Amino acid sequence: MTPELKGLLLVSIIKLLVVFTVTMIGVALLTLMERKVSAWMQYRLGPNRVGFGGLLQPAADGIKNIIKEETFPGMANRVLFMLAPALAFIPALTLGSVIHWAAPLPVNFDFTLPLLGRFVHTGLMPMAVADLPVGILFVLAISSMGVYGIALAGWSSNSKYALLGGLRATAQMISYEVAMGLAVVPVLLLTGNVAFGEIIRAQQVGGFGWFILPLFLAFHNFLVAGFAETNRLPFDMPEAESELIAGYHTEYSAMKFSMFFIAEYTNMVTVSAMVTTLFLGGWDIPFTHWDETPGVLQTIATGGMMFLKVFFWLFFFMWIRWTLPRFRYDQLMALGWKVLMPIGLAYVMLIATAIYLIENVAGISSGLVKMLVLTGINVALGYIVFMVLDRGLLIGGSRERGAASGGLGRRAA
Amino acid sequence: MAIGVKVMKRPAKDVSYVRATLKGMAITFKKMFEPKVTMQYPEEKSAPESERGAWSISPRWRGTHRMLTDEQGRSKCVACGLCPQICPANCIKLVPGEDEEGHRYPLIYEIDEFRCVFCGYCQEVCPEEAIHVGVHYENAEYSRDRFVYDLERLSSQTHPVSTLWDPTDPKGE
Ligand code: SF4
Ligand code: SF4
Repeated sequence: MTPELKGLLLVSIIKLLVVFTVTMIGVALLTLMERKVSAWMQYRLGPNRVGFGGLLQPAADGIKNIIKEETFPGMANRVLFMLAPALAFIPALTLGSVIHWAAPLPVNFDFTLPLLGRFVHTGLMPMAVADLPVGILFVLAISSMGVYGIALAGWSSNSKYALLGGLRATAQMISYEVAMGLAVVPVLLLTGNVAFGEIIRAQQVGGFGWFILPLFLAFHNFLVAGFAETNRLPFDMPEAESELIAGYHTEYSAMKFSMFFIAEYTNMVTVSAMVTTLFLGGWDIPFTHWDETPGVLQTIATGGMMFLKVFFWLFFFMWIRWTLPRFRYDQLMALGWKVLMPIGLAYVMLIATAIYLIENVAGISSGLVKMLVLTGINVALGYIVFMVLDRGLLIGGSRERGAASGGLGRRAA
Repeated sequence: MAIGVKVMKRPAKDVSYVRATLKGMAITFKKMFEPKVTMQYPEEKSAPESERGAWSISPRWRGTHRMLTDEQGRSKCVACGLCPQICPANCIKLVPGEDEEGHRYPLIYEIDEFRCVFCGYCQEVCPEEAIHVGVHYENAEYSRDRFVYDLERLSSQTHPVSTLWDPTDPKGE
């Protein structure tokens, strides 16, 4: 091994440990935050007994889950039953490794350790465990793996509720992956790159500003699909307490249950980070170009900025959870296939055409003008979608059923 | 087998999902900062009847029983057998006894609080106003057999007794 490779390995391991630890602790605190926010929104206080203001509640929950009994339902498929939590857990944690959490840090060292030899690292170190050139594709690929864990959990439990939950999860996650993929395409059209680092750079220096304005509809679709992908309310069909007990993890107890829980919250963090990266400029601090020159201070400041943005989206997840009731299952599928997908497809065509027209026909190369034009298009489109189309049409409801005069019967037939 | 669904022609602002969502989000956000209603139970308890507030249980509450006693500390029960007779849960065990003067008294009087459905019939039927359901809710015990209250236990309770529901004064005024 060359000293450079060893140096790279060393920083990667350090980053890996840091990201893993921070994710696990963050997820533990997220469960507390979820309970606190839900309590506050319902005029309650939330957990406040363990530790100062309930801060140690996650630790108490963790200890409880570790020492609880592991139960196995009779006739369950033991191997798959044990495997399922791991299959949900591993992809969820893997995703955190490609996200850029802060501005690149200049790291230069050259030292020699006994036995291990010389370690060398020079230049900028991206603040992601793996700065993959295929970034977004990797996320789309790995996040689909998570569905195996849920589907297998439902299948192997030998329980009707779990099976129904698993089936719902499979259909839902696969459907919304389409919408999610389509929502990402406009971003790729603007940046011309799939690496997260490049996407952030494009929003920083490309003259576009953040993509949330010029690509508002894509942002909206991505957010909705993200909620569905993480099985959060209003799309928590796979768990649906009121109909399915706890859905796919009905039969799970103790730490195996916790692993599903951790996976869900890790997925929330990932989706929040993705929304931030794709549409809110990642770790970019708005209205300043100071953060673009690498330095230790900049890395810390941008890390804080990233934290704030991700934190906002996490709060947003909880906020929506306590605002919207759960969808009916057919409404969920209708929203995915009949609304988000056509809108996503049309939007990709439109943005591609618009960019072509702006760049090649009108010959405008200024980023600012491009952004203004795209924002204008989005305002018009947003008006059409949210003000004209959204009249009981977006969520397949009474109107559709009325038109078919007895849609229930027809659908069953 | 069509099911006729009546479709209302509602104005657009009433059927828009996105606008309704935004409105709902504004409401939930506002609620976060409004005063909380949680009662911190072991520290804060239901206020006594004299100082009734938001957090006191009703005077008609039917909780675990209490046997009233006379001035000599004997239970008022005359072992008439009406309460075991009327009890729908069949949870009162009564063995009557009689002393030299011909006064009846309960030799054994036990109520299984686990089987009791807290209907309050025993209090209503008692001619001597001896057995009462109590305004009381802290009943935790370490073992199941502690929930069979015997005469001594019933007599030594001190919590207030239920006023029950009075049909001539339905609102309790
Ligand atoms: S309250 Fe009702 S159920 Fe309970 S002991 Fe009295 S009569 Fe029986
Ligand atoms: S009704 Fe009253 S007096 Fe009669 S046995 Fe029951 S408690 Fe005793």
